[in-house]
Amino acid sequence: MTPLIAVLCVPSFAVAVLVLSADYRLSAGLNVAFSVASLAAAVWLLVSGPFVTELFLVDDFNIYLILLNAFIGCTTAIFSAAYIGHELETGRLTPRILGLYHAMYQAMMGAMVLALISNNIGLMWVGIEVATVSTVMMVGIYRTPQALEAAWKYFILGSVGIALAFLGTIFVYVAAEQQLGGGLASMAWTNLKASAATLDPGLLSLAFVFLLIGYGTKAGLVPLHAWLPDAHAEGPTPVSAVLSGLLLNVALYALLRFKIILAGNPATIPVGPVLIVMGLVSLIFAAVMLYRRVDIKRFFAYSSIEHMGIVAFAFGMGGPLANFAGLMHMTMHSLTKSAIFFAVGHIAQVTHSQRFADIRGLSVSHPGLAVAFAFGVLAIAGLPPFGVFVSEFLVVSSSFARQPLLAVPLAIGLLIGFGALIWRLQDVLFGTPNPAYAPRQASLLPVYVHMILVLVAGLWLPDPVRRWFETVAAQLG
Amino acid sequence: MGDFAFDLAHLLSGLMVVVSMVLLYQDRLTAMLNVFAAHAMLLGAAVGWQAEVQGAGHLWITAGIAFVFKGIVIPAALHAMVRRLGIHREIETVVGVGPTLIAALALTALAVLVVMPATEYANPLAREDLAFALAVVLLGLLMMITRRNAVSQIVGFMSLENGLILAAAGAKGMPLVVEVSVAFSVLIAFIVFGVFVFRIRERFDTVDIGTLERYRGEQQDGA
Repeated sequence: MTPLIAVLCVPSFAVAVLVLSADYRLSAGLNVAFSVASLAAAVWLLVSGPFVTELFLVDDFNIYLILLNAFIGCTTAIFSAAYIGHELETGRLTPRILGLYHAMYQAMMGAMVLALISNNIGLMWVGIEVATVSTVMMVGIYRTPQALEAAWKYFILGSVGIALAFLGTIFVYVAAEQQLGGGLASMAWTNLKASAATLDPGLLSLAFVFLLIGYGTKAGLVPLHAWLPDAHAEGPTPVSAVLSGLLLNVALYALLRFKIILAGNPATIPVGPVLIVMGLVSLIFAAVMLYRRVDIKRFFAYSSIEHMGIVAFAFGMGGPLANFAGLMHMTMHSLTKSAIFFAVGHIAQVTHSQRFADIRGLSVSHPGLAVAFAFGVLAIAGLPPFGVFVSEFLVVSSSFARQPLLAVPLAIGLLIGFGALIWRLQDVLFGTPNPAYAPRQASLLPVYVHMILVLVAGLWLPDPVRRWFETVAAQLG
Repeated sequence: MGDFAFDLAHLLSGLMVVVSMVLLYQDRLTAMLNVFAAHAMLLGAAVGWQAEVQGAGHLWITAGIAFVFKGIVIPAALHAMVRRLGIHREIETVVGVGPTLIAALALTALAVLVVMPATEYANPLAREDLAFALAVVLLGLLMMITRRNAVSQIVGFMSLENGLILAAAGAKGMPLVVEVSVAFSVLIAFIVFGVFVFRIRERFDTVDIGTLERYRGEQQDGA
């Protein structure tokens, strides 16, 4: 129980401290320190092993996401400290508002841990709700008209989504209450899973429709994705990195927990085909939309929709291999996409622009940054030897083995997205740089740490990690 | 549970659906806020009656929050805001009143048709309650879609949340944790919304969301 308290209390304590902290250097430093402490707490949780109570649950599935979250939260905090310093110099942010920014960052990290670690489906909902509200505050922090529009849209769509997810949660409870007799026991996911076969299939199916719309909105699945590109493009880049890298995963995780419950009751609607269709539509739609993007952060936001589509497709397919591929792709995408957003943040700061038209010839003006960015883009495009290649290859091959016809649109979508990524990569790297570009100040270390992990995973997946993915894949059914 | 208990619960949640419809055709902000206050007070009464019938003491807290906080405090604050911003004129709607109300009727029918067959074995009180609650949620969504004004979108969202609380109260024995969290989230939502409205005011001298749409980042770079 102690590591559980640590995991939840570090971020809460951090919020309280950071709200009060006035000096931005101090609060950026504290933010990093608290994120490191959260990572340590997550490792402690991993070491102390699984447990179940009525409110909280640690099993193979969520511990790996908690660890991934804490790790990316940590590297993003390091990136954010440098990024924010630069934003202050250019006057886009004021020191006064940064206390709020750092407090909201920790609130979001804490809320995501709460959502992941909850056994109670109501508590899980609370976690995702708080994470949404805190990211809204961060997206709107520049207070430009574009940022306000993005934050408003995110808030309205996010709240409606989250409200519908709550309705779904109530329906699940009503179904459980008939069998388990009400109270906390009938909101515990472990109990719901154990007695899934005896629950009313009609109610469960109805509940899942609302949960799919609700959490699907948060996961950015087409056609519920409208908030995502704006929120990524107009907020500070560290927020884009955690939105893409972490929050989308958490929403999908919530959906998968309910998928497991429904899988235990054969009379409910089949969840797999729904996820397959939404996944394919997201993949192809986002891949095509990539060609029309002129803003570098919007471009990678659409790429995130594309990859969430691939993950949803894999989990919709089900079975040990596809689930394994989905889990691995979730991890690889988180690491790679947050690294790309770190690099994009540096690019936007040196070129003073987010528009592709203004970003040219980085290989000449900033070779180090260009190499880091190229690594990220080549990895996310699915080229070997990076981990994304392995997971995408597994998704495609498992789909060929099970449903060859579905593999065709999947492969086409991947190729369309690949083309757009390579095209834009050339634009950014080559050509004549603008002499007005500023020198890069911040370190590229967080980018390289992520890329090395993705590279290692692509070449050789350590045995414990592989077994771990296999156990979870089996649990997902 | 006697027939009377059932009928009164039915009446109160049915009235909420009716008031949701009334909300849809208000064309002045002040009138709309008054109707919303009535909506929240009805929710308070409906939840209070559920607390009495189910013998669930903690639901009285939820009822009190709905009645005092959403029925009195929030409408008063919004009234003050509307006065301060000087926007108590007519509201622009996207869709006319006629089509909106027809859509509202269709959504209510949909709610009943969806929930009734799915909850065949559920407790009858919860069953009716869930159908009405779903109707209130859908009408709240409709309101958010058909209004362009930030204050009316806030009201639409809060009426949607009223529907959620009605559903939660109808689900027998649902733990307190959840109700408090919902009430709390409404509070957060209100603060955030408030902050937004004032920021929007600073920037644009209006709370019409339509004005914001011109500022979508993508459009200005002429893709």
